[in-house]
Amino acid sequence: MTPLVSISDLKVAFDGTHVLHGIDLDISKGEAVGLVGESGSGKSVTWLAALGLLPAKAKVAGSVQLEGRELLGASGAVLDSVRGRRVAMIFQDPASALNPVLTIRRQLCESLALHRGLRGEAARIEALRLLDLVGIPDAPRRLSAYPHEFSGGQVQRIMIAMALAGQPDLLIADEPTTALDATIQAQILDLLSAIRREFNMAMVLISHDLGVVAENCDRVCVMYAGRIVERAPASRLFDDPWHPYAQGLIGALPPLDGVRRRLQAIPGTVPDPRALPSGCAFAPRCSFAGDGCHAGVPPLAPFEPDRAVACLRPQRVPVGLAAE
Amino acid sequence: MTAPLVEVLGISRTYRMRSGLFGRAASVHAVDGLSFGIAKGETLGIVGESGSGKSTTGRMALGLESPDQGSVRFDGAPIATLGSSAWRAQRARMQMIFQDPLGALDRRLSVADQIREPLDIHKIGTAAERDDRVHELLQSVDLNDSHGRRYPGALSGGQRQRIVLARALATRPDFLVCDEPVSALDVSIQAQVVNLLIDLQARLGLTMLFISHDLRVVRQISRKVAVMYLGRIVEYGDADDLFARPQHPYTQALVSASPAPGRRSTNRIVLTGDPPNPAARPSGCAFHPRCRHATARCAAEVPQLVALDDQRQVACHLTTGARPKTQDAA
Repeated sequence: MTPLVSISDLKVAFDGTHVLHGIDLDISKGEAVGLVGESGSGKSVTWLAALGLLPAKAKVAGSVQLEGRELLGASGAVLDSVRGRRVAMIFQDPASALNPVLTIRRQLCESLALHRGLRGEAARIEALRLLDLVGIPDAPRRLSAYPHEFSGGQVQRIMIAMALAGQPDLLIADEPTTALDATIQAQILDLLSAIRREFNMAMVLISHDLGVVAENCDRVCVMYAGRIVERAPASRLFDDPWHPYAQGLIGALPPLDGVRRRLQAIPGTVPDPRALPSGCAFAPRCSFAGDGCHAGVPPLAPFEPDRAVACLRPQRVPVGLAAE
Repeated sequence: MTAPLVEVLGISRTYRMRSGLFGRAASVHAVDGLSFGIAKGETLGIVGESGSGKSTTGRMALGLESPDQGSVRFDGAPIATLGSSAWRAQRARMQMIFQDPLGALDRRLSVADQIREPLDIHKIGTAAERDDRVHELLQSVDLNDSHGRRYPGALSGGQRQRIVLARALATRPDFLVCDEPVSALDVSIQAQVVNLLIDLQARLGLTMLFISHDLRVVRQISRKVAVMYLGRIVEYGDADDLFARPQHPYTQALVSASPAPGRRSTNRIVLTGDPPNPAARPSGCAFHPRCRHATARCAAEVPQLVALDDQRQVACHLTTGARPKTQDAA
């Protein structure tokens, strides 16, 4: 089966500084894939580049195919038929993604007109249905409200409604709940998974929060300094991470139950993309690094049918034991 | 048990605010009748969502803001009036660190100068002693003199927060209020700063009030935890026990909403309804519109914080009354 989206060897550079060093990633129909990593790891840039949303000065190379059709370097008309229609995106800060001086109705109907050609009463009815779907109470009255009249969680629901306007096959959710309180975050994540089930929509969930990704995704890719360093089914990754960085991320997370232990902090900081270390970018912070690690960049190599890790010395130690 | 270093007795704080330019002024009860004590060398964690009043509580505990009602006592004496010389002297013994280190630092001063500033202000030591102290403070937060010569813009987020911490420790305070100190940091850096805070607290015998929306971080750092909802404490108890066996329906929802890697929770409690709005506080128990177990009594009567046993205090009619069911969120 051909994947819905197939990214291969995607590279991005700004002003000669490489921020993405060859990403390979397939997304199947209806699948939920998580991208985790810290700031600057390239999780957002991957999708901005794939959808042609980066500024002109960004140099993008590689290939991004949507059901076999190449998107990189495609014409504006092709991209317009994809963005919002086949692939929709929602962001961390929903308030700044809405126009503050237009009513919700104007903004929702605009995307319905653009992506589905609906106008007038047909657009209004569909807008109502979408608001209902994302759980905005009293939709007929709220349709004429402005963005500031909604709470943060509700604005994110409206963003999700707008993203669904084009009936996309893939939703890219970039830190969709980071700005929200915990109980509201739970509501939004629940809504996203309900919608995914209903429309068999694929989702890429970009998050710095391992817990959010673990609970809402089938597969997870861990990114570090512009590369995918580990790819695994969500359940397996968190029980048994192989890459020392993935282990570090999980070890750094304070537990909510059980015995309190000292956090395993990863020493040092994320490298500056302008001065990446030679070899494995994580090697300077890695406690298992050997000479070979500094010599060359380890490729993302499959170790099991559904798992791959970019490490010369993958550590097959369950986190629980490593913490003892 | 030692006497509490910081004692907060029934403090309330109300703000006046308008909705829109011509709207009617309404009062917002940010904090409503809060009481707690923190023993010397202990950490009290305050968790709550936006609008719960946790930051206002922190500011009042420090005397940065005066409560409308109630009082704050520090080391057995009431906090001096804001701005008085007695308050200045007291302030050297209590410090605060915030979420955004870049906002708390001056971009045009080297960080060593900024660490030194409190020593200059409070006239502590000679010039040479101040230099030594800056060196010592940089080391205590795992940085060195070369970091000290840099400007805030040339440091990473985690390093900046260390600088803020070093500056807060300059006057050897007894009491430290931390308001979301690691929320803006990446996970791996967050762990470094959390470990550092725990080490420094143990070494210096600091008393801390640690405010965060992150249950995991609060549990890691605190011995006691208070859960706040719309200006009131709804549950108070031992950190490990409280998160393992939350009693208040709101705490139960918070714990269950906290995502855990390694398991997909199937029966997460998802609250319905809008997030709490301090400007429109519901009657009775402020949580009742979102509570699954709410009864008529909850809408009418404000539940008081009462002791469930010697470990736990809960403000809920259901848990303290008939105790229908206690849920293990584990």
